[in-house]
Amino acid sequence: MAVATKSEKIQRLAELTAVSETSTGASLWREAFRRLKSSKMAIVGAVIIVLFVLIAVVGPFLAPYSPSAQTWRGEVFPNQGKFVGARDGNWFGLDHLGRDLFSRMLVGARQTLLVGIVATLIGLVAGFVIGIVSGAAATLGGDTGRRIDSVIMRFIDMMLALPSLLLAVSIAAVMGQSLTTVMIAVGVVQVPVFARLLRGSMLAQGNADYVLAAQSLGVRKRRIVLSQILPNSLSPVIVQATLSLATAIIEAAALSYLGLGNPDPAIPEWGVMLAQAQRFFSYAPAMAVYPAVGIIITALGFTLLGEAMREALDPKLRG
Amino acid sequence: MSLLELDGVKVHFPIKKGLLFDRTVGHVYAVDGVSLKVEAGETYGLVGESGCGKTTLGRSVLRLVDITEGSVVLDGTDLAKLPGEEMRRFRRRLQMVFQDPLGSLNPRQNIESILSEGMIAHGIGKDQEERREKIKAILDKVGLPSNALARYPHEFSGGQRQRIGIARALVLEPDVIICDEPVSALDVSVQAQVINLLEELQEELGLTYVVIAHDLAVVRHISDTIGVMYLGSLVEEAPSDALYAEPKHPYTKALMSAVPVPDPEVEDKRERILLTGDLPSPANPPTGCRFHTRCPWAQAERCATERPQLRDVGGGHRVACHYAEDIASGKLTLTKGEVVSATREGVDDNPETDTPAKIPAQAEKISKAEKPAKTEKPAEAEKSAQAEKPVKAEKAEKAEKAEKPVKAEKAEKPAKAEGAEKPAEAEKAAEAAEGEKSVEAGKPAQAEKPAEADDAPAEAEASDAPAEAEASDAPEASEEPGKAV
Repeated sequence: MAVATKSEKIQRLAELTAVSETSTGASLWREAFRRLKSSKMAIVGAVIIVLFVLIAVVGPFLAPYSPSAQTWRGEVFPNQGKFVGARDGNWFGLDHLGRDLFSRMLVGARQTLLVGIVATLIGLVAGFVIGIVSGAAATLGGDTGRRIDSVIMRFIDMMLALPSLLLAVSIAAVMGQSLTTVMIAVGVVQVPVFARLLRGSMLAQGNADYVLAAQSLGVRKRRIVLSQILPNSLSPVIVQATLSLATAIIEAAALSYLGLGNPDPAIPEWGVMLAQAQRFFSYAPAMAVYPAVGIIITALGFTLLGEAMREALDPKLRG
Repeated sequence: MSLLELDGVKVHFPIKKGLLFDRTVGHVYAVDGVSLKVEAGETYGLVGESGCGKTTLGRSVLRLVDITEGSVVLDGTDLAKLPGEEMRRFRRRLQMVFQDPLGSLNPRQNIESILSEGMIAHGIGKDQEERREKIKAILDKVGLPSNALARYPHEFSGGQRQRIGIARALVLEPDVIICDEPVSALDVSVQAQVINLLEELQEELGLTYVVIAHDLAVVRHISDTIGVMYLGSLVEEAPSDALYAEPKHPYTKALMSAVPVPDPEVEDKRERILLTGDLPSPANPPTGCRFHTRCPWAQAERCATERPQLRDVGGGHRVACHYAEDIASGKLTLTKGEVVSATREGVDDNPETDTPAKIPAQAEKISKAEKPAKTEKPAEAEKSAQAEKPVKAEKAEKAEKAEKPVKAEKAEKPAKAEGAEKPAEAEKAAEAAEGEKSVEAGKPAQAEKPAEADDAPAEAEASDAPAEAEASDAPEASEEPGKAV
C-alpha cells in the first residue's frame, strides 16, 4: 500500500471535510432570531407590542382632549346611575367625572408601559446580580462558594415563600401610595424568580465540558463565568423577562385596583382606571371594559413574544 | 527523570448528606493510589472499564479535580501543591482533549474565539491579528480550512469538532496532552483519522500523550506503555506489545479475552474468561486485592487481606497480583468464573450431532492437524504445553491454521492439544488486537481468511467424517478440553 506523506494526508483530510466557502458562521443567537422571525406567534406578539409602545410614546399628543379636564362634568350623574356611552366626539364615552375615556386610555398607556418596564427591570437587575453571584459561587467557588450560594438561596427561598401580592401590598403599605411604590413592589416580587432562574441555568452549564475545557486552558474564573457560563445561561432569563412584562403590567394594575397606585387624577393609568370603574360597573360596564381589554391585549402581546422566544431559543430545536 | 510522574495519587470524593449543613458520610475512592511515569515523547495508554477512575485520574493531573493525596510532578514541579494562580499558569504546559467534541466547545463562541481563549489567558500574541495568524497555522496543522474561523461548533461534523478540540490544546504549545477518550464519540472511520492526526502531531511536535480509553485496539495502536486500571488503581503496566502478548494480571487477561478477532477461524476458537459479579462500588471497595471478589484465580487468604503492590516481573512489566507467576505457569487453577467460547455463548447455531464418545476423536483430529506443521514447530507446541510459553504457542497456533487442510497422519493425545490451547488463548486476544490495529491492516486480513476456510473442506481427506462436519466441529472439539480444565 502506498504510503501518503503526512502533509498529503492532512491535505486530504481538509478536502474531505471542507466547509463550503460561501457560508459564514451563524451564531446561535442569530439562528434563534431567524427562527423567531419565521414564527407567527412572535410576529403577532411583536405587532401588538409595537402598537402599544407607539401609543405610549405618541398617545398624549394624539389625545383629542385633556385626560384630566372634567369637560362634560354636567352630563354624568354617577349617583343617579346616569353615564354617557360611546358617541361622536367621545369614542369611548365619558368616565364618572365627565372626562373623555378615549383620551385617558391614550395617555394612560405610557404609565402602564412604564410600570411594566421599570418593575421588570428592577426585578431583572437585582435578580441577575444575585443569581450571577450565587451561580458563580456554586459552580467555581469550591466549598466556600457552595456555602455562600447556600446562604443566598435560603434568603431567596424566604422571599419566594411569601405570596407575591401580599409582599407587594406590604411594600406599598410601608412606602406609601404612589406609582413608584407600585413599580418597586412589583419589581421586588420578581427578584427571586430571576435570581433562581439564572442560578439554576448557570449550575446546569457549570458542569458542561466546555467549562472544564476552559479551566484546563487556564482561563481565569471571572472570565469563565462571564464569557463561558453566562452567555449559555441567558436564554431562560430573556424569555422570563418578556413574560414578566406581561405579569408586571397585570400586577401593577392589581395594585392600582387595590388603591395603592398613583392617586393623582391628572395622570391616568389603566390599572387605576379599572379600579375607579368598578364602583360603577353595573351602570357603565364599558368604563371598565376599555382599560381591562387594553391590559389583556398588551399582556397577551408580551406573552406571545415570550413564548415564541422560548421556542426559538430552545437548544433542542437547533437545526 | 520522566517528564510526568504520578506518585501515590489519590482522589477521594466526599459523599455528603444533611438537610442544612452537609456532613461527610463516606468517600468515593475514585482514584486510590496510582503511581506512574510518562517519558517525554511517548504515549501512555490508560485502559479500564467504565467507572474505574481513569477519567478522574486524567483530570487530577490537570488539577481539575482536587488531589486528596500524592504528587503529580511535571518536569520537577509538583502540581498538587501549586497555589491556584501558579497552577493556572502551569496549565499551559498540560492540555486536555475531551471525550465529547461538541460538549467541550462553547456553543456560543466561534472557532476563532474558542481558540483565542487560551492564548488570551496566557498572554500569547500581543493582538488579535497575531493570534489569528497562529490559529490559522494550527488549523492547517489539524486539517481544518482557515475559513472555519468565523463559524460555530454546531456547524461542524464530529471529527471536525474533535480536531478543533485538538487545535485548542495545541495553540498553547503544551508538553503533555491528556486525551480523555479522544475518539470514543466518533465513527470508526473518523476515529482512524483523528488517531492518525494525533500520531502525526506527536511526531511533528514531539508531544507526550496520556491517552485514556476503553477501546483496547485504539490504545494498543497509539500507546508505547499501557496501564490497566481497576477500581481506582493500576493493576498492570507494561510496554504495549508485551502487555498484549502476555497479560499477566487476571483482570487484564479477562479484558483481553473479550476482544473479538477479525478472523473467523481464530474467532471461532477464541475463548472468553467470564468474570462473575459486577464492578464493586468505589465507595466501598473490597479489602485486600480490589479484584479478588471477581478474580477467577483468587486464593483464599492472601488476596482478601493483603493489597498487592505493582511489582516488576521482568522487562518493565509491572503487575499488581500476588500470584502472577503462578497463574502464568498454570500452577493455579480457576477457582470461579468460567472460560467459554466467545462466539457461542448460549447460541447453538450449529446443533451438535456428535455423541460424546466422538468428541475425543474430534479433538484428536485437531492435534493431528497440528502435528504435520512444518519442521520443529510441532515439537515446540508440545513444549509449550508444558512450559506454557505463549510466544511459541503462537507459532503453533499459526502453524495449525496454515496446516489445517493437510491430512493428518499420526494420532496425538488430546491432552496435548488441551495444553497448547490454554496459553494460546491470550495470544488470540493479542492477534485480535493486531488485526484491529489499523483499519487498513484489518481489512485484507479479513478478506483472506474466509478464502482459506473455503479451501479447507475441499482439500481435506478426512475418511471417518464428512469434510463439512470436520470444519465446523473442530473449534467446538477444541473447546471441550478447555472447559474440562
